[in-house]
Amino acid sequence: MIPISYYLILSTIIFTISIAGIFLNRKNILVLLMSLELMFLSVNFNLITLGNYLGDLTGQVFVFFVLTVVAAESAIGLALLIVLFRSKKSIDVDDLSELKG
Amino acid sequence: MNIELITFFIFSTLLIFTCYKVITSSNPVLSAVNLVFSFFLSAVLWLLLGAEFLSIILILVYVGAVMVLFLFVVMMLDINVAKKTAAYIKYLPLGIAVFIAFNALIIYFFINTFENIDYNAVKNIEIISDSNTENLGYLLFTKYIIEFEIAGLILLLGIISAIVLTYRKNPKNKYQNPTKQISASKKDRLKIITDLKE
Repeated sequence: MIPISYYLILSTIIFTISIAGIFLNRKNILVLLMSLELMFLSVNFNLITLGNYLGDLTGQVFVFFVLTVVAAESAIGLALLIVLFRSKKSIDVDDLSELKG
Repeated sequence: MNIELITFFIFSTLLIFTCYKVITSSNPVLSAVNLVFSFFLSAVLWLLLGAEFLSIILILVYVGAVMVLFLFVVMMLDINVAKKTAAYIKYLPLGIAVFIAFNALIIYFFINTFENIDYNAVKNIEIISDSNTENLGYLLFTKYIIEFEIAGLILLLGIISAIVLTYRKNPKNKYQNPTKQISASKKDRLKIITDLKE
């Protein structure tokens, strides 16, 4: 049996990679959304791992709901992205600053 | 070194590599393809954990629907390939610092905490068969039925909002206007001619 900490460390590494991706990719909202997907993946990893090792199926039920919500979220996010691209002709994060105080 | 551990190491190494490629590749199409690869690899790892239904769902729903949506958007938007700009170089040390600090903190915590955990602490699972899918379906349709229906409502919300956000009226098309139709009175449409004599 694989030790539980291996899976948790793997999910931590994925989570931190996606955080670093959000820090680095300021030019492209699309890659930012993909980093968010990776974050959800690592959270799902944690839920499934702990559910498996504690002998409880509730973790998998939670992952099921997370997958549903993430599907809706990415659909809305991409729709917003398309609306944004139509009005601004770019998906650069720096072009989004409308409020100039 | 058993076969389970070898599989885990191979697939987790590949998974970390593909995740790295997702955030560093300059072309968004390559990022999306690498994300698809990472979903496949994590589906294999979920199979190792005994979550068979969810690993298949990850491939069918995620790779089949969500990632295809991503690829569609990438192709619709016609983005030029972004170069490594000054901002990227500026934020690179910050990204690496956050990566290392967060990783070190959490890995230290995990190694110290899960040394002697009682794995059989929680055993409230209602096992009705050996099949993971059957157990999960039983739980979903009995204990978590309200949450299941709320999840369906959330998907409906996603459909409606995505359509409303991206819908554009084409001026060439002919539409019915229900408000105008209802508010039309008899006088606008009907002319009664009373004194018509030949």
